[in-house]
Amino acid sequence: MNNNLLAKVLPQEGGLQGTSAGAYNAVIALLGLFTLIGVAFGVHAMLVGHEHAYGISREVPWGLMLAAYVFFVVTSTGLCLVSSIGHVFGVESFKPIAKRSVFLAIATIIAGFLVIAFEIENPWRMAIYNVISPNPTSNIWWMGTLYGAYLFFMLIEFALLQMGEHKKAGYLGLAGVIAGVAAHSNLGAVFGLLNGREFWHGPYMPIYFITSAMMSGCAAVIFFHWTAYKINAWKMSDTLKDSLSSVAKLGALLYVVIMFFTTWKIISGISGHPPGKYEAIMSFLTGPYAANFWIGEIAMGLVIPFLIILAVKARNIPLMALGSASSIIGIFFMRYDLVVIGQLVPGFHEFNIVDMPHLLPYSPTLHEYMVTFGGFAFCAALFMVGERMFRGHLSEDH
Amino acid sequence: MIIKDLEKLQNEGVDSIPSAERRTFLKAGLAITGVFLGGTVLSLTSAKKAHSALGGLPEPQKFPYSPHYSMVIRQNRCVDCERCKEACVKTNHVPSYGYRTTILEIQRPAGPGKLERDFMPVLCNHCNRPPCVRVCPTRATYKDKKTGIVMMEYKKCIGCKTCMAACPYNARYFKEENRAVDKCNFCYDTRLTKGKKDTACVEACPADVRVFGDISDSGSRVYRLVHQQDKIVWVLRPETGALPNVFYMND
Repeated sequence: MNNNLLAKVLPQEGGLQGTSAGAYNAVIALLGLFTLIGVAFGVHAMLVGHEHAYGISREVPWGLMLAAYVFFVVTSTGLCLVSSIGHVFGVESFKPIAKRSVFLAIATIIAGFLVIAFEIENPWRMAIYNVISPNPTSNIWWMGTLYGAYLFFMLIEFALLQMGEHKKAGYLGLAGVIAGVAAHSNLGAVFGLLNGREFWHGPYMPIYFITSAMMSGCAAVIFFHWTAYKINAWKMSDTLKDSLSSVAKLGALLYVVIMFFTTWKIISGISGHPPGKYEAIMSFLTGPYAANFWIGEIAMGLVIPFLIILAVKARNIPLMALGSASSIIGIFFMRYDLVVIGQLVPGFHEFNIVDMPHLLPYSPTLHEYMVTFGGFAFCAALFMVGERMFRGHLSEDH
Repeated sequence: MIIKDLEKLQNEGVDSIPSAERRTFLKAGLAITGVFLGGTVLSLTSAKKAHSALGGLPEPQKFPYSPHYSMVIRQNRCVDCERCKEACVKTNHVPSYGYRTTILEIQRPAGPGKLERDFMPVLCNHCNRPPCVRVCPTRATYKDKKTGIVMMEYKKCIGCKTCMAACPYNARYFKEENRAVDKCNFCYDTRLTKGKKDTACVEACPADVRVFGDISDSGSRVYRLVHQQDKIVWVLRPETGALPNVFYMND
């Protein structure tokens, strides 16, 4: 029975034959090694204490690794949402991307969980007390619980897609979308509902998180589809090309929406100098985070990928994959800036405290870089193994 | 009487006004100004008290705990000797990289070219609506049902540090020795449950800056300090809606 199920989920023939080049295996092995190194750094930090291993402090308790976690789950939610347009909500042009996107949604959230496991000091306690001592007013509790449910739904959905049970997979996909949106907006609320943190406080965070998840999803779909075909030397079908073109058009719209959101976030943050918010906004407009913001977030994250899609009229897949890669890097800066800058303005900044910095310092340590890098390596390894195991994630209808 | 007609009358001068007339005029003047002057004396909500009410103070009779522990800090008495910090570290085994209470130094201009320094002791505010308690996923930090003290149950802390991000007062740190977030608990486990009536920092303070007690008891010192006429009492960061139980005033 088990073997039968496995045989149904894992395609034995058909689809696309992965490359048999030794380089492919070598890259997977290398990525596996980086994952292990990241895990080793994480375990070391766990043993010696985060206080000593990471650059975080009592004032800035969240750093690079929380940003990486946010990055991964945003991407996962986005992949889930973009793929659902086709196989849950029935839009034909989005159907060919479903399988790979659902697989990647799973891969990215697992990578996110890997990083957060080393960002949280006692993850094993979470497994116990999230269940026996839940706090329903806590957004972290909801996020953890809902992302657990989300991963569960996505795994079953993926298995059903593999088995060709498209109707059932659609229902599970819908459950995944609902859990994903609820979980992801709760992640936004983790920040947005903190009354004492002016940069985050308000309804903007949950709304922005969902919208930028869709944007990240579009970039990830295009980048990973192109990469999968490139590294395996497969040839894209016209249906898939059309599908990616539709994704790019949706992506272009979402880049504009996020530009619009960002513009008003800035204007509302500097108009009238709202205390606490103004200082944070200025830190990335002209302050120490200006390079992150203007080069990373604005140029790489939004403007370059948007202009490429416009310039090639959403048709040239390799160029759009390049734009998507730029966008994915830029989006990482967005997550990092969002997490870190929100904590930089000291709570007592209006009291003229002697020796209190205008903006609190934070810079990641080697441990944080290595665990984060390990998360990326793990995600990439899962992606490459997935291409092999699921033979190019082809849908049988094209 | 018509004003225009009055204007036409000749000024009689003050010499010819009868003394009875003068007395009537003075009485009227006193009565009118008295209403305004005496207002602040007689009124139950003087201008100053109304001002202090901006600071997120508790509404009268709204002390939901018994004893409802709170602390009053008489800021201008603090000389930054840091004995409170030492006593806290010793009593509660606070590691060198953390603190439960500290003293912040405030600088403010006191005239051209002059600066005045003030010392502001800070600690957990044991808020009535604590942001840290709301965000904790596992209820590792909670509001004690009896005393209102914001406490930690170390074994439940997953170390997500959301409470640290949520606290408007920077009152929390991660204590590696406990693998949990640590914070002031008004010396609940180290003193209050052992029969002592105040906290280590209060006992150690030579200037009587910190006053600790049950604010729900109208006979307590903290109650009387917070409910004085013509004294401004404030709390830190009232805009966050946390309703703190640490009150500040100048002696």
